Amino acid sequence: MESNAILTEIPRLRRYARALLGDRAAADDLVQDTLERAWSRLSQWRVGSDMRAWLFGIMHNLRVDQLRRSTPPTQSIDEGDFDVPTRPVQADRLEVRDIESSLSQLPDEQREVLLLVALEEMSYAEIAATLGIPVGTVMSRLSRGRERLRLVMDGWQPTTKLRVVR
Amino acid sequence: MNESAITEADLHAYVDAALSETRRREVEAFLAAHPEEAGRVRVYQAQKQALRAVFKPVLDEPLPENLRALAMPPPMIVAVRPNRPFLARWSLQRIAAGFLIALVGGVAGWLAHGQYPPAERMASASPLPRQAAIAHVVFSPDVRRPVEISAEHEDQLVAWLSKRLGTAVRPPKLGALGYELIGGRLLPGNSGPVAQFMYHDATGQRLTLYVSSENTANRDTAFRFAQEGPVNVFYWIDGKFGYAISAGIDKDNLARVATAVYAQVEHP
Repeated sequence: MESNAILTEIPRLRRYARALLGDRAAADDLVQDTLERAWSRLSQWRVGSDMRAWLFGIMHNLRVDQLRRSTPPTQSIDEGDFDVPTRPVQADRLEVRDIESSLSQLPDEQREVLLLVALEEMSYAEIAATLGIPVGTVMSRLSRGRERLRLVMDGWQPTTKLRVVR
Repeated sequence: MNESAITEADLHAYVDAALSETRRREVEAFLAAHPEEAGRVRVYQAQKQALRAVFKPVLDEPLPENLRALAMPPPMIVAVRPNRPFLARWSLQRIAAGFLIALVGGVAGWLAHGQYPPAERMASASPLPRQAAIAHVVFSPDVRRPVEISAEHEDQLVAWLSKRLGTAVRPPKLGALGYELIGGRLLPGNSGPVAQFMYHDATGQRLTLYVSSENTANRDTAFRFAQEGPVNVFYWIDGKFGYAISAGIDKDNLARVATAVYAQVEHP
């Protein structure tokens, strides 16, 4: 029974991981790790509770572990108001950026929330439970993420406001 | 209608269709009157649709074989089901194999023993009394911000530190010895969170209690005394907990405090 429940979630896990990491091989590796951990911890899953939220929670924790191992001091820029890191784009200001590459410019924390809302259609409370953060944090990440995505897709850069245009 | 009460969160909940009918109408009225916000909301809605459209094809991709295989329980889980004699026998072989692996691992571990420092030695890189003394000298002289949460919010302090340490921690009461709680803070230990409670007496003399729940290597210890520069430290280890009381007061006075703390912590 758990097999079926897990099998039906795999495509969703893959989609989310792909969108989160932007790379097929890395995404499938993350899904594989998630499934392995899920089986080893199946006893922790309460029958009748939401299998999907549980699996996404496992994936989230694995991802956090990965980030912690690979780049210790550079995460958690979520709450800061730093400029969006963009390459020099003087030449292509009018280019409409595609959403995938724009998405990749968001901090991980914001991308996670955006994707759980858009792809998984989770409620804010479900997202809070899945990521282990307060609902208020979900809201602030969602708000910052959407706004940042909007600005990135508009080709926004910090100097824009300084231009004198007649 | 109360437009001024429309928040950023409402706008997002509107995008995600998470509002009640009444609230949704209020937001719509607000957006009708605020074209700039309405434009932003439309962009957010478009983002959401674009994300779905872009990543939808992934759902229909055929599953790689390694992932499909992981939809089935791994062999070890099947093997423990009692009503399948074949698998039960097979699991016996697995168990035997497990013993062999353990044996080889044990031998290899013994051989490697000389080359790698055991956990105790690694942990002793920063032993409990030294950590506690450093935390004491860093925070206790701070006049303005000696603690993160002050004693007047003791409930919050206790709830927060208990949550972070993963176990109930409560500052002992030392009023009988003339020490009042100032508050506490969370600190990084060797491998995880550590709590520090700070007290002071009527003369302003401060002492700190350092509580670590990360002890894995050391065995229990009785009361021990250590001196780290000007700071005297009494400490003991009980299971996974390490306690250390640090202050710049003499050993006898500190011992009385330590005894009181010990009594409250170990026999609440």
